[in-house]
Parts: sequence; C-alpha cells; structure tokens
Amino acid sequence: MAVISYREALNQAMREEMERDESVFIMGEEVGHYQGAYKVTQGLLQRFSSRRVVDTPIAEMGFAGIGVGAAMVGLRPIIEFMTFNFSLVAIDQIVSNAAKMYQMSAGAFHVPIVFRGPSGPAVQVASQHSQALESFYAHVPGLKVVLPSTAYDAKGLLKTAIRDDNPVVFMEGETLYGTTWEVPEQEYLIPLGKGDIKRPGKDVTLVAWSKMVWVCLDAAKALAAEGIEAEVVDPRTLRPLDTEIICDSVKKTGRCVIVEVGWPVAGFGAEVAYQVQRQCMDHLDAPIERVCSDDVPMPYAKNLEDEVQPQVKDVVAAVKRALYLA
Amino acid sequence: MSTPEKARVEPDDEPVVATVDELKPLYRQMLAIRRLEEASAKAYSQGKIGGFLHLIIGQEAVCVGATAALRPDDYVVATYRDHGHAYAKGISARAMMAELYGKKTGLVKGLGGSMHFFDKGKGFLGGHGIVGGHVPIAAGAAFAAKYRGDGRVALCFFGEGASTIGGFAEGLALAALWKLPVVLICENNQYSMGTPLYRSLAVEDVSMRALAHGMARDRFDGDDVLKVKQRIAIAVERARETNEPTLVEVITYRFRGHSMSDPGLYRTKEEVEEWRRRDPLNRTRVRLEELGMPAADLEALEADVKAEIEDAVHFAETSPPADEYFPYVIKE
Repeated sequence: MAVISYREALNQAMREEMERDESVFIMGEEVGHYQGAYKVTQGLLQRFSSRRVVDTPIAEMGFAGIGVGAAMVGLRPIIEFMTFNFSLVAIDQIVSNAAKMYQMSAGAFHVPIVFRGPSGPAVQVASQHSQALESFYAHVPGLKVVLPSTAYDAKGLLKTAIRDDNPVVFMEGETLYGTTWEVPEQEYLIPLGKGDIKRPGKDVTLVAWSKMVWVCLDAAKALAAEGIEAEVVDPRTLRPLDTEIICDSVKKTGRCVIVEVGWPVAGFGAEVAYQVQRQCMDHLDAPIERVCSDDVPMPYAKNLEDEVQPQVKDVVAAVKRALYLA
Repeated sequence: MSTPEKARVEPDDEPVVATVDELKPLYRQMLAIRRLEEASAKAYSQGKIGGFLHLIIGQEAVCVGATAALRPDDYVVATYRDHGHAYAKGISARAMMAELYGKKTGLVKGLGGSMHFFDKGKGFLGGHGIVGGHVPIAAGAAFAAKYRGDGRVALCFFGEGASTIGGFAEGLALAALWKLPVVLICENNQYSMGTPLYRSLAVEDVSMRALAHGMARDRFDGDDVLKVKQRIAIAVERARETNEPTLVEVITYRFRGHSMSDPGLYRTKEEVEEWRRRDPLNRTRVRLEELGMPAADLEALEADVKAEIEDAVHFAETSPPADEYFPYVIKE
C-alpha cells in the first residue's frame, strides 16, 4: 500500500470520480488556474478543462446556489469553499435550499452535491478563520455531514459522498492536509454512517472526529504509559451518526470522553453524550466527560490559540476524571 | 400614488398584432389563474388552507405571457407567489388546489404548500420562500443546460423587492460572467410587501442593474399578455442561441395584499381602483371581442374554466389527508 497525504487522497478521489462520471464537476474560488488555495485540486484543470473545473469569483452564495440548481437537474457538483468559514455567507443555499429540496418537492428533486473544504482551527489565523462549524450543519435534516481524520478515510468517504444522491457537507481538517496514511492502490469506498475504531482499548472510550482523532491518539499513547488503555472511536460522519460503534465501545469500557474542537454550548458532543447515556446507562461507571474548545472566539497569539483548543493534557485529565483518578 | 399612467414605461398606442387563436389560450390560462386564486382566497377564509397564501391576482399577464415564450422542456423557477407560474407551466389546478389543502393528492403531497410547488416533468423548479435565494438556482439550471449543450433555457421570476438582496446580486453577476442561458424576470409590482419602490430602491429602474454586468436588458409594461410573450421571446431566443442572459423588468401591480393577512393599508383605495380599471385580464377579454371572437365562444371558455376550478376544489375537498413525511428527507 502506498502512503499518501490527506491532500493527495482527496485529489485522487475527485480525479477518479470525474473520470468515472461526466456529470461531476468542481466549482470554487481558485480551484483551477491557481490549483487550489490548499492545492487539493492540483492538476485537475489540466486534466478536465475549465468546463469541469470552474474558477469562480468571490460569491459563495451565488456559486453554492448554482451548484444546487445544477444538481436539481442532474449534474453532480463539488462546491469547494476556500474554507468552511466562508460557507456562512452561503448557508442559505445549503440549509434552505439543498437540505430542503427533496422533502419540499416530495421527492421530485434530489440534490446530489458535495460542499467541501477545510474546516476547524488552523494555525494563528484568528477568530474569523478558525471556526469548527460541524455542529451547525449536523443540526439540519436533509444534509449528511462528513469529517474524515485520515487520508484513507478522506479518499473513501469523498468518493462515496460524490456518488451520494443527497447534499453532503464534507469538512476537511485544515491542519490534516499534510498528514499521511496507507491507502490501497485499488478502488475502495467507505459508506457514510459507519464509524471506525482508530485504536482499540478496554478502559475508556474516546469519541473524536477530524483532527481531534489525532489528539486522542496522542493522549492514548500517554495514557498507555500509565497503564490505561483508551479506545479511540472515530464516527467519521456526524450525520448519519454511527451510534452503534460508539455505544458498543462504551458498553465495553464503561467510560466515555467526547473530544471536539468546537465550542461547548450545543456542540455535537452534547448529542453524542445524550445518545450514550440513553443507550448505555446501565454500563456507565462514571459521568460522561466532554472536552471542547473554550467558549471564546479564537485568539491569534500561538500560546493562547493552543490553550483554547483541546490538547493532550486536557484529554488525559478528562480520562482521569472518568476513571476517578483525579 | 401609483397609477397605471405614471408607472407606464412605454406608450400604449400600438397594441400587439394578434389573432384569436394566439390570444385565446393565453386568456384561458389567465382566467383560470384568476379563478384559482379567488377559490384559494375563499378556502383560506374558511380555514381550509393554512399558512401563507400570496395571490397573484392582477399580475397574471406576466407569468402567462413569459411562459408562453418557452419550449415545454425549458425550466421555470419562481418565488413563493408561484401559483400562476405553475399553472402556466402546465401543472393542473387539481394538484395545486389539493396541495393548498394539504392533501395526499397534492402536487407535493402536502409537504410544500402554497409557496413550494415543484414538478420535475414540467420543468418547474419551485416555489421558493427565501427572497432572492432562488436566483442562483435558476442560474444553476441554466449552467447545467449549457454544460450539457441541451439548448434549454431557464426563466427566473422574482419581485423588485428581491433586487436588493445578495442572492439576486450574485446570481446576476455569475449569469453574466459565465454567459448562462437564463432570463431573469423582475415582476415589479411596486411594493416589496408594504414598502413602495421609492423607499426601497435608490434607482427605481431595476433593469439598470444589468448595465454593470454588460448584460442585455429590457423593461416594459406587463398589462398586455402578448406583448409580454413577444418581448420575453426575444430574451429566450438570445439565451438559446448565444447563452446570453437578459434582465427583464416588467411593470405590474397586485390587486390584493402581499399575503392573505395583509389588508394593504399602505396604499389608497383610489390607487388600487385605478389599477383595477386597467386589469390585464379584462383587457385581454376586450381584445378578444375586438378581434371577433364570438360572445358564445367566450362564454363557453369561461364556463369551462369555472368547471375546471370547481372540479379542482371538489378534488381537494374530497382527497385524503397528507400522511407521510419521513420518506423524502434523505434519498436512499
């Protein structure tokens, strides 16, 4: 198996799906001539021409809506947001149009579209460019919400998302593009709504997605040195949510710590906690713990930025609370 | 006070050359829409229709004339004031009325109601409740038509009130930049809800927005259904042959409030009466008489429309209630 980057995996997914299906096209700011603000679309313009790799002016609401309209009549657009922070000026198209169309038209029109781009805090880009917005989108029926943590997941999930007949909000970890993972040469798909155990363990369940999976893996390593075996569960998609894989793990470990880089209030982790207490009450040996970013807009200074977000030490501390060791 | 004379943008001295055969089907559509809206208003006041109900009475010549310029496989995208456009695109009065009643037999099975009519087979892409949010959707349908090279054209209807929101601005800009085969039709009924033009637009000529984008534009009065058809046909032809979009502004007037809950206190009785005297529906009937359509034929047509709408109401009244909403959230 080849070891490739998360960025390359996404590129391969789009390239393969565009080869496979003429109705797939990419639209967004700087996706063509510039080769992508984060180089995810590198080389696609040269391969598929400007008909299918469409550079846009700065008009997210406009081109997101054009994607919705094109999808309604049978194309399969991939709309790239330079970052998901900019999706907020297009959110009406995602929430009021893409998510509602199938139900509002009683099944007459479905919207096979992928909204994708980097998401979550990066490095010192301050408050307006450092938001984790998955909880916003996961709230909306009619959408699917995907947050891959590895190159392997990124490729398999994006290919599935492109073939899905529903609007998919595909949020890439902005700091994960350079991370590498083993990816098979042959084609594979990963179903939406199936989680993955990123590390097995028996003492505590850590639930995390996107870059927080990496933080949890580091925390698990630190805990292992103290004899605590943490299981890291990555749901990979928040909507639909694989509650089964999470609850099976919690029933085994009896303890659950949910780690997300979003804000605490009404964050998606609260929904996970509800599902876990509902289904695993008799198995829980401790209250469910949540680790989130602090409830503040992101500061610029590096030391403050690190302090705001969940770090290994925060996860370790939460695990110890769940184990009554703190 | 707005009057038909003050609002007029072109002289009215040259009626469009017409024949009975050409005008008759358009009159029938306009009349059916008028009667459908009147029946809807009645059912609403009886509590049989709920939610918001935005009637198009007074504006029928615009949607009927414009849609008459299309091929059957062209697309129409409309606002929440969508009954007239849907009927003009070929959707049945039965399906529409049953939808207003929230019935299982409704156009969208009681899931959309008045504001969200859709019909894939008829190329009717809604029925949209967020002002201006549908303009990019129409541009997107046009984008797909150009992508495939299938020669389809999209018509997008909106009010002048939409001309101040971002969805319109961005849809217009991208349609112009990418030369998308879309005709953007501003139905300027002179009030965005209760706010008159002079309090919402620094420049009351909406069609001038096209100038900044190098886009073709047109602007005319919407009381002559054949004139609407002819002028929109020019824009449709431009879109079909050259992919060039057009921004068209049609001056019109709604006789009723913004919605059923609006008594229309922001305009005078005299103003509404002035406009009612220039009712495009009556104008079309008078024209048919002038062209020599026998009175008996007109009466037969009108009786036929009356029966069609009565049948639609009966169908809605006797249909079973809507009964499902989960199957259409996610497509499996």
